[in-house]
Amino acid sequence: MPVLEVNHINKSFGGTQVLKDISFSLERGQALAIIGSSGSGKTTLLRCLNFLETPDGGTISVNDEQIFDAANHAAVSDAEIRKKRLHFGMVFQSFNLFPQYTALENVMLANLLLAKKQPDFKKNKRAVLEKIEHQAMDLLEQMSLEGRMSHYPHQLSGGQQQRVAIARALALHPDILCFDEPTSALDPELTGEVLKVIRTLAEKHTTMVIVTHEMAFARDVADRIIFMDDGVIVEQGTPAEIFEHTQNDRTRAFLHRFSQNA
Amino acid sequence: MLGSVTISLLGGFATTIKLFLLTLLFALPLGLLISFGTMNRFALLRGLVKTIVWAIRGTPLMLQIIAIYYGPGILWGGSLLPRFTAALVAFSINYACYFSEIFRGGIQSIPRGQYEAGLVLGMTRPQIFFRVTLLQVIKRVIPPMGNEFITLVKDTALARTIAVYEVLWMGEKYIKSAGLIWPLFYTAVFYLAFNGILTLLFGWFEKKMDYFRV
Repeated sequence: MPVLEVNHINKSFGGTQVLKDISFSLERGQALAIIGSSGSGKTTLLRCLNFLETPDGGTISVNDEQIFDAANHAAVSDAEIRKKRLHFGMVFQSFNLFPQYTALENVMLANLLLAKKQPDFKKNKRAVLEKIEHQAMDLLEQMSLEGRMSHYPHQLSGGQQQRVAIARALALHPDILCFDEPTSALDPELTGEVLKVIRTLAEKHTTMVIVTHEMAFARDVADRIIFMDDGVIVEQGTPAEIFEHTQNDRTRAFLHRFSQNA
Repeated sequence: MLGSVTISLLGGFATTIKLFLLTLLFALPLGLLISFGTMNRFALLRGLVKTIVWAIRGTPLMLQIIAIYYGPGILWGGSLLPRFTAALVAFSINYACYFSEIFRGGIQSIPRGQYEAGLVLGMTRPQIFFRVTLLQVIKRVIPPMGNEFITLVKDTALARTIAVYEVLWMGEKYIKSAGLIWPLFYTAVFYLAFNGILTLLFGWFEKKMDYFRV
């Protein structure tokens, strides 16, 4: 059973259609890489999954539960959207850590706010806070950031900031973790440490959707690849199918351009 | 003589500070509210609020003080507001409009990514504003706010237009009553001292906010 099913997603900005009839599915524990040139709609697709953009048409289902249907989206309350978007975690290109909080506080914040809404929070306050803190520390340790927990974002390198952002997204236990060009804002020497973390997550069978320009990485880590161009999915398949047995001319041209630039 | 003048000026300066503090108390939250109005998604409300801000910023504060003090009496023949209250209302509205523009600048300078990061973490709009955006806005508006605070201290002198007995009025009084001009110039010492304290406070607060960068 697929964990994620996206059906016939359309999205226009002004008069420009940036997503045209996008459909794909993803199995639990798989990593999906979305590749394609800038402006092909990859990022918009990811933002639609996270409800940062609202598709004009189509449906999205997670674990067989339909969480989005463009036909009746207007009737859905903010509170419901908030609940539904927690199926997804999001790691941004520009990290977007909260600058006034330490690494640890960044990872804890969302869980703290959710815990405070529980009716029995006051009664179990201490235990709940301890649990949230432990979980956050655990995650930062997994990101090899044990010595950086009380650092503020501006005291961290880009690679460290992005790893904090990954820990922050994981803290809410999303079904699907999304990455929007997670290494594009990083110096080349810092790219490796972030890719290593994502690779480890893939080895642990974290379900992920990764928008990336790192072709070698996508080929290596992803279970499935989607190639997008001009708002449509041109080709999808396993890394071997896409990279070695390319079917489509547009895919071939894109990969060729990439190997020349690399 | 210096002693008695100092005491009488201190009395006036108490009114100055009272006007200053009460204006801040009302104008800061009102300014935030107005800034939300100028950023509202409904064009009609946005236009209305922006027109009010334009009118208030586009006319002299002195005129506004006079209008609020005498206006109700002229229009409806009713009783006048007490002098101090009239001045306070005029100052609060006037400064709220200036503050609103500073807040708007501060809020709009926060990258959209901060808001989106809050959204994908399941936070509500108020949670994002109070837990994420607000402190960053405060840090950004400290320098322009310092300017406004200092200007406000000196602008309180305009309250003398409707005979609020603030420090400048008290100093000026000696010209007529005793033929002395120096008490008027002496008032500058009070303004300088108080603005010195404000400057130090703002410097301290800016340092306090130095633990993070926006």
